Amino acid sequence: MQTSIIKKFAMAISGLFLIIFLLQHFIINVTSIFSESIFNQFSHFMGKNFVVQFIAQPILIFGVIFHFVMGFYLEIQNRRATKYEYFKENGSANSSWMSRNMIWSGLVILSFLVLHFIDFWIPEMNYKYIEFLPDDPNRYYEELVHKFEMPWRVLLYCISFGLLSMHLLHGFSSALKSMGANKYYSKFVKNLIHLYSIGIPLGFCFIALYHFISHI
Amino acid sequence: MKLKLKIWRQKNAKSKGKIVNYDIDNISPDMSFLEMLDVLNADLILKNDEPVSFDHDCREGICGSCSLFINGQAHGPDRLVTTCQLHMRKFNDGDTIYIEPFRAKAFPVIKDLVVDRSAFDRIQHAGGYISINTSGNTQDANSIPVNKNDADLAFDAATCIGCGACVATCKNSSAMLFVGAKVSQYSLLPQGQTEASRRVVNMVNQMDLEGFGNCSNTGACEVECPKGISLDNIARMNRDFIKAKISS
Repeated sequence: MQTSIIKKFAMAISGLFLIIFLLQHFIINVTSIFSESIFNQFSHFMGKNFVVQFIAQPILIFGVIFHFVMGFYLEIQNRRATKYEYFKENGSANSSWMSRNMIWSGLVILSFLVLHFIDFWIPEMNYKYIEFLPDDPNRYYEELVHKFEMPWRVLLYCISFGLLSMHLLHGFSSALKSMGANKYYSKFVKNLIHLYSIGIPLGFCFIALYHFISHI
Repeated sequence: MKLKLKIWRQKNAKSKGKIVNYDIDNISPDMSFLEMLDVLNADLILKNDEPVSFDHDCREGICGSCSLFINGQAHGPDRLVTTCQLHMRKFNDGDTIYIEPFRAKAFPVIKDLVVDRSAFDRIQHAGGYISINTSGNTQDANSIPVNKNDADLAFDAATCIGCGACVATCKNSSAMLFVGAKVSQYSLLPQGQTEASRRVVNMVNQMDLEGFGNCSNTGACEVECPKGISLDNIARMNRDFIKAKISS
């Protein structure tokens, strides 16, 4: 993990892993729009399955922590390499805002994840492994809907996913390039990256707004 | 043309520099940017002031000596040109122009607008060559068949003049476009295959030792490169490096 290329490669692998996880998360969440019972069944399976809970979940937590720690580490290294700032710099003339501000969009996503952990993961761990409350396979949908009753939470959720979309618009293609994919990979792959980077965060926002509006 | 210039002045590598304002008049739009600086320096010499130091040599976009960061962009606002090929017609009468040296920890300022880019030389020394026996029995390069597409890509990579605009414009001061081009120009050709793994590993290691930053694929280097070196070269270097590490 000494050379810059290996560090970027590791960063890319962790990013792509999180991209796959996000898709799986979206598929489960989107079922809450169509069917309360399917959403509850999926959530119950994820919450009770041994492989998901004790193998996939620790890998996911490691992946998230690794991605953020490596991101900060690379940012510190890059700031040391630049050392001096220009009096006048015209970054927008040659690169996108997203690509220049990955650390800031990443920080917003990290803040959101902290909130998500406090909101969801910690109560879930408390419910299952500390208080050992009775198993209720039908509680998940109500818990989700309750979360989206508060407008400030929905707003925060949408802002975070907006920044996630920007993070993905650069990060997804950057990860492929860091792994050696050519800039001119097929148009299909390019379109797929755009579709994912805009579509998935937009989908998450739609789910939040749907439940919020349904309960007004 | 009448212009206001804000130029970085720094006595030597150890002193602290600052931006100094100059007013300049009677500049022809047909002058090159360096000719405009020549006019300024002639004025300064007549006034017994210290002229502004800046790098230049061929003044036809080949040597890679000129290295100015003009109005927030490496080699100024024009595309696919070096500073010596930039003309004053790209500016308007009455404009204020910021002129700064290329900035990076690995490119320390020597004086005013002159920076030390010897880090690039050391990267080249680490592997940017082919060890050919030149004792008289060297095989004629024309006798080795090369795929036309590979030859074109290798030539494109070889057009890198090592000016350092990629480092100067990169928000991370990354040298990966330069190193990517220098690795690619050999790795694409049959003559470069024998030393391919050693070359990429040594050049990347030297790049890291010099203190350049990590590439975050913003693409700014490709846009500002006066020779239009493609980001594909970085991806190719990444592939070659990972392959070399796996096979070693």
